[in-house]
Amino acid sequence: MSPSGSEETIVGRGNRDGANLFREWFEGLGVAAAEGRGGAYVFVMGSLAELLRTFDFPIVFPEINSLQTAVRRVAHEYLDEAEDYGYSPDICGYVKADVAVQLRRGDHPMGRIPSPAIAVNTNACNTYIKWAEIWERMYGTPTFTLDIPGTRQAGGQTWPGDPSFENDRKYVAAQLTELIQLCEKVSGVAFDIDRLRENMGHANTMSMGWKRVLELNRSRPAGFNALTDGTIYLGVANALRGTELGAAYFEELAEEMEYKASAGLGTLTEEMYRLIFVGVPCYPLFRRFNELFTEPGGTFVNSTYLWFASGGSNLGFQYDLARPLESLAEGLLVTVRDAMDAMFFQTQILSDMVDDYAADGVVYHPIKSCRTVSTGLADSRRDLMDSRDVATLFIESDMMDRRVISEAQLKNRVDAFFEGLASRRQRAAIG
Amino acid sequence: MSRRPGAGVEVFPEWRDKPLDQVLYECREILEDEAYPTVKRWRDGGGKVLGHFQVYFPEEIAHAAGFLPFKIRGASVDAVHSDSRFGSYLCSILKTSLEIALSGAVELDMFVTHPICDAARNLAGVFGRNFEYPCQILYLPQNANSRHAPSYLRDEYDRLKQTVEEVAGTSVSDDDIRGSLEVFNENRRLLRDLYATKRDTPWAISADEAYVLVAVGGMVPREEHNELLKAVLPAIAERPARRQDKLRVVYEGGFCEQPPLDLIRSIGRSCYVVDDDLLIGLRWILEDVPTEGDPLLNLATAYLESSSYSPVQHDLRKPKEKMLLERIRAADAQAAIITAAKMCEPGLEEQVAYIQALEREDIPYFVSEFEENMTGFDGLEIQLETFLENILFD
Repeated sequence: MSPSGSEETIVGRGNRDGANLFREWFEGLGVAAAEGRGGAYVFVMGSLAELLRTFDFPIVFPEINSLQTAVRRVAHEYLDEAEDYGYSPDICGYVKADVAVQLRRGDHPMGRIPSPAIAVNTNACNTYIKWAEIWERMYGTPTFTLDIPGTRQAGGQTWPGDPSFENDRKYVAAQLTELIQLCEKVSGVAFDIDRLRENMGHANTMSMGWKRVLELNRSRPAGFNALTDGTIYLGVANALRGTELGAAYFEELAEEMEYKASAGLGTLTEEMYRLIFVGVPCYPLFRRFNELFTEPGGTFVNSTYLWFASGGSNLGFQYDLARPLESLAEGLLVTVRDAMDAMFFQTQILSDMVDDYAADGVVYHPIKSCRTVSTGLADSRRDLMDSRDVATLFIESDMMDRRVISEAQLKNRVDAFFEGLASRRQRAAIG
Repeated sequence: MSRRPGAGVEVFPEWRDKPLDQVLYECREILEDEAYPTVKRWRDGGGKVLGHFQVYFPEEIAHAAGFLPFKIRGASVDAVHSDSRFGSYLCSILKTSLEIALSGAVELDMFVTHPICDAARNLAGVFGRNFEYPCQILYLPQNANSRHAPSYLRDEYDRLKQTVEEVAGTSVSDDDIRGSLEVFNENRRLLRDLYATKRDTPWAISADEAYVLVAVGGMVPREEHNELLKAVLPAIAERPARRQDKLRVVYEGGFCEQPPLDLIRSIGRSCYVVDDDLLIGLRWILEDVPTEGDPLLNLATAYLESSSYSPVQHDLRKPKEKMLLERIRAADAQAAIITAAKMCEPGLEEQVAYIQALEREDIPYFVSEFEENMTGFDGLEIQLETFLENILFD
């Protein structure tokens, strides 16, 4: 693909356009709320946006709404409100921020969120299921859990033709039929398989682009920072999944990364150490958290977050548009399973990433709010260190709650980590 | 069943030929023994052990293959080896469940966890990185309302059966499973009788006594548990106990991590616990599972259609707060104790809905958190007594 423009217009385009698209999408939610239209509340791991858009639902991602309160440094107001309502300090901060948004009738720092007309969640995170129960109770919202069985045992993924895979696929496909019936009932819109096919085509383009963008970050220096730039791309990957705009964005993003890789262009950081990030970012201190790593010369070249929070789009799975419903079931099974594997069975994934991305270190960042992602990280780190000679850092904070974040403590740990990286490099140079 | 290794080995003989109070003492002792002698005796007899984490597991499948199904429910031990395998902000049961395996207190041949919560589903990965034996997630259906859930679960049970057969080194026939269903059906009937006694004559059996009788079932072969229950139930009915002026209370919050036995005893001193969700997985299926036809399909259908409730199962037909109110009414209870294990997200989230429902119905409730390793209950006991006195003298 030849680049469509000069360095000035290409480099940085993904961040500029991504931020604009994301803002416009949010404004669209505000319009829907003003018109009194209810949204389809979905989650990033298996959003089913390509299907739900065929019923004209505005797509609402409560996780994204919640993290935006943290990025905009007002999460504590929302958390306090939910805790006053009765929720424990020890549950997911995303859930609590959303509870407060609902109690405020959709009022959010980025605009107004439509109330839920339907909630569709997978089981990739159990909290999704508990979260949807809150809307059931608050509004009587029809909810649907699309149950996607995951990998049963490390390394035990099954594939088409295997009886276990076929049992799972049959189950997911049957549930999709039930979901379509529910969507028709709630929306009053008849299911149109050609619209689904079209949306799936856009999702194909997006997934292919996302996979390519991730692969291109193997270049040295890396073209983008997986923690900061990557989060912008993720926002588009989720918000605009199944749309023409989203597909075009990822085609252009891949083009930008191709250009940067061929021109040897990196991020704003002088890349001294290539890092992999494991976990969920520290959104309440987002910029500063990143600076703790970039100032000493660290660049995050990939992360498990870019895998699981894209619902497994990193695989580049291509739907077979000739048989959309069957292929949707298979695609969901494979991609959502991959997202879960990136959280529960990640040692081999990380070991491969270290090789593929020539990483100098792996940063584990478990957070209080999310047991899905965090529970196994200490043991995963131990396991990786048993099998690989790679530097690792284990730091705990949160994605929402600034009460459990100590910047000074984080900095101490991060500084020591970089001293260790420097020492390793010196030793390697000496031989 | 005699061809199965371990079959015929008696792992808990201490209670035999003893009076009721002594039997209950022995149950408490075996339950609190950190060396897990029942598991050791089973292994010494050549038997294999399948450890299954909370809440529900289809033990019949393991039983049919000759395994001792061992309920992993945490322990009152320090997480000496396992603490470094976990981060902060996690419930205790995760750490102590791994601890008893890492320390060698319990030796397993297979481990199964379930997607009951975000933390527990990680255990297959954590155990799998630490042990060579199969460590799996059993994907119990989380869309209980799908028409296809029973057939999916039937095939998922079949998948599990195949792993069990590989580990056991034996095949399991439909008749083997039917035989196990009969053993477990009898066990479920006996446990229902025990809970009927709790409900109808709570002065005849205290909360902690009933608890140990149930919990022992998770660590001995069910045939032995059935014998124990058949011996003690008539003895409890004939116990010379006097009814006291205590409030009838439902206890909720013991579906996964278990409150310390001393805490259950403290609660039982203050009120009659006429129903609860303690170890609900052992009592999950509410009726006999039919033995004719496809036994795996019957077991799967019973899990979905004839079952209790808990915060870790979403079923549109069983809103948890509605189910709690039904439990309270069915037990003719006057108040509820709503607890959650520290850091237990499903339990803590459910507390909000429970409290709102109880307030709507004007049912007095007491809210608390616990941890399996807590040792001091004085403050909690005083608060609870104050709560109960306020109701009594209101």
